[in-house]
Amino acid sequence: MTRKAQKRFDVLVIGGGPAGMAAAATTAECGLRTAVVDDNLNLGGQIWRGDSQASAPADAAQWASRVQSAGVTILAGARVVHQLEPGILIAETENEVYELAYSTLVLATGARERFLPFPGWTLPNVMGAGGLQAMVKAGLPIRGKRVVVAGTGPLLLAAASYLQKHGAEIPVVCEQASWVDLARFGLALFGQSGKLRRSLQLKRELARVPFVVDSWPVGAHGQTVLESVLISRHGRVETIPCDYLACGFHLVPNIELAQLIGCQILNGCVRVDDLQQTSVPSVFCAGEPTGIGGLELALVEGQIAGFAVANRPADAQRLFGSRDKLRHFARALDRAFRLRCELRRLPLPETIVCRCEDVTHRKLSQHNSWRAAKLHTRCGMGPCQGRICGPATQFLFRWNPDSVRPPIFPARVESLASMSPHLEPEPAEPIHSAMIGGQ
Amino acid sequence: MPETVELTVNGTRLEVPFGSTVAVAVAIAGVACRTSVTGEPRGPLCGMGVCFECRVSINGVPHSRSCQVVCAADMEVITDC
Amino acid sequence: MSVASYDVAIVGGGIVGAACADEFARRGMRVVVVERDVVGSGATGAGMGHIVTMDDSDAQFALTRYSQKLWQALRPELPEDVEYEQCGTVWVAADDEEMHEVWRKQEYYSRRGVPVEVLDSAKLQAAEPNLRSGMVGGLLVPEDGVLYPPCAARFLMERAQANGAKLYPGASVSQIGQRRVRMSEGEEIGADIIVNATGSCSPSLTAGLEVRKRKGHLAITERYKGFLHHQLVELGYLKSAHTLTTESVAFNVQPRRTGQILIGSSRQFGAEHKEVENEIMVRMLQRAQQYMPQLGELLIVRTWTGFRAATPDKLPLIGPSTQDQSVFLATGHEGLGITTSLGTARLLVDLVDGREPAIPVEPYLPSRSVKEHAHA
Repeated sequence: MTRKAQKRFDVLVIGGGPAGMAAAATTAECGLRTAVVDDNLNLGGQIWRGDSQASAPADAAQWASRVQSAGVTILAGARVVHQLEPGILIAETENEVYELAYSTLVLATGARERFLPFPGWTLPNVMGAGGLQAMVKAGLPIRGKRVVVAGTGPLLLAAASYLQKHGAEIPVVCEQASWVDLARFGLALFGQSGKLRRSLQLKRELARVPFVVDSWPVGAHGQTVLESVLISRHGRVETIPCDYLACGFHLVPNIELAQLIGCQILNGCVRVDDLQQTSVPSVFCAGEPTGIGGLELALVEGQIAGFAVANRPADAQRLFGSRDKLRHFARALDRAFRLRCELRRLPLPETIVCRCEDVTHRKLSQHNSWRAAKLHTRCGMGPCQGRICGPATQFLFRWNPDSVRPPIFPARVESLASMSPHLEPEPAEPIHSAMIGGQ
Repeated sequence: MPETVELTVNGTRLEVPFGSTVAVAVAIAGVACRTSVTGEPRGPLCGMGVCFECRVSINGVPHSRSCQVVCAADMEVITDC
Repeated sequence: MSVASYDVAIVGGGIVGAACADEFARRGMRVVVVERDVVGSGATGAGMGHIVTMDDSDAQFALTRYSQKLWQALRPELPEDVEYEQCGTVWVAADDEEMHEVWRKQEYYSRRGVPVEVLDSAKLQAAEPNLRSGMVGGLLVPEDGVLYPPCAARFLMERAQANGAKLYPGASVSQIGQRRVRMSEGEEIGADIIVNATGSCSPSLTAGLEVRKRKGHLAITERYKGFLHHQLVELGYLKSAHTLTTESVAFNVQPRRTGQILIGSSRQFGAEHKEVENEIMVRMLQRAQQYMPQLGELLIVRTWTGFRAATPDKLPLIGPSTQDQSVFLATGHEGLGITTSLGTARLLVDLVDGREPAIPVEPYLPSRSVKEHAHA
């Protein structure tokens, strides 16, 4: 049986990755009662995912320490499933359900990998690039195993480096972008000294790992698990025997909660103003949901949101310059790792696209919209709620996604059945009217 | 802090490094997490709790996302639910 | 402004419209179906998909039983994705008053040749172990079933198209009458007969229709094979379906072939928007948990709403409109649209054809005076 708890905070931060940690530490250090809600057991999100065997990177440890010292309440292993009413979210853990009331909300829900289907992609040991890295961090033995890394985006090299450090043998890293795209991206790095340093370091670490461009997986083979991967390289197909395929096609923002709350979305990202405020009063958004931009941007946006919430506009404004620079980089990121149209032709008619319901490409091709496909094939009606097949079908068929309905994450009947009746609303404090007056 | 944790996967006793997730234990046991609607073996894809491919039964609770659960002593994990 | 010409133009591509298209096309008529969205995307896509006999009135029984038999005959031709399961219904009696109702239904159905079995408390528990103990008993109706409605609608539509019917999806209609269907974009379709099969939206095309939107909520769980074997309905369902004014919830769960549990049901008048309403969802889920406590631990993957088309006497409108000789109605099916779609189509086409219908049509004619029907 579930226990129900009602909690109230000045600031509720959803997501304990870099953006969430930065926002929470900032508001708490300014004296606001702050809580962070995250589905994972530890803070850090994906990029700073807890390593069960190693220690965290310096900046991760620093922010974690600040969050701790500032007295932020951490609600770990908790996923937001619904909004009770504006100002109160419902979150579920293994054994409890929370009703979390807030004066201000910061959405720092991060991003997830984009997966594109190709024949054999559903074989065990085909995982995301971040996915395999996360599994290794969680204890998966990888020493001596052959791992092909493929897909697109900076995550590939970061994952390859991590895996190699832990003893994996990497026959090749296949990037679908072209040299031209990457060269342009490289130029963008020059404006960002930290990133440039890291990139060069990665290059050194992976010096002996073949890195090929204009290349992507066209098939994964094996009986009950992966045994080999077929890679397309300049028109030729090569077979590479391997134990794992770490394959992801960059990132998509997690905007489901923002949509549920009614925040304005543009091009799949949450719209925010200069102070990271969304179209919904008292709701802010920082990090990847406002646009995929990486670690430093998430930290800066998190701090700006934190200062804005804490009514410290001057402190927020001091970070605008950094944010601009980093957003410039984010745009370069977007352009460099655009998906090429060849990837639309990867799935065969019998390739499964929706993994929850095993819906094939052929079945989906019979429909003209996500809605129609969903209704008639049940694609997107499984527990992933379209998180995996949604971005894939958006790319494959150019379909537009649906609106969200609760629960935005599978939730127990008893959790939803225990939602409280209408509560007395607290008078909303207009924290920002002074700051936004100029708009 | 103990070095390892003992649990069972499909009735077979298994020892894994302390801090490992159940998804890792299942992988070490050499079995898939679940069988798909059309009978395919499936394992973790996203590693972060959103794809639901790593679902197993943990201590009698079905549809648990094993990549998000750390192994605890004497846990009973059953795959293919 | 082109004018295409057909024998029959059907407005509405839900299960009723699709069934009508199938029937008209089968009898050799030139058919066009105009659907504003996707086939089966209205109430058809939102409903529970049960195929049940109901006995609110003799007329309701006649239509549901007639139609259920048609579904049974059709079953062998239905493709996999329609997921037809004859899981049976168990009407659950929580107290002696409801058990009295069980015996009344048993007698009513038996007299009319519908196989039923009264279950005592022990038999009920054995049939559905996850039902809370302490139930008095129930009535098993083994010939009831469930299916997945959007695919059933699609099957019927495709069969109609194989017989020459035309489908215009994504096309809105602004006006019908005088052998013309006017589209929102200005195009016109000419047809000798126009069928208004637009469900809860039917009054917007046929003025004065006594059809009201009756909102319903539903939730569906993850896969839990073996948790539930039959469709379960509380006998209080009848009280809910009967109430014409207030919002009500009733326990109604259904096992899908996938192993997912569909949880309902709720009824409200006056709600115009599709949003899921927390208060209703809470009441519905709590009611469900009262009957099946273990339901609490199951994971809900989706919730949604839909609008039934409700008439004052709880019988659908099947037959010629009283206002326009070229317009026929096939609407107002409330919670029995899936069940009675096939029967509706047969009756409607018989009326148009001038054939003797298999059951008396008078109770469903739009020309009847609609008044409240008290439960017999």
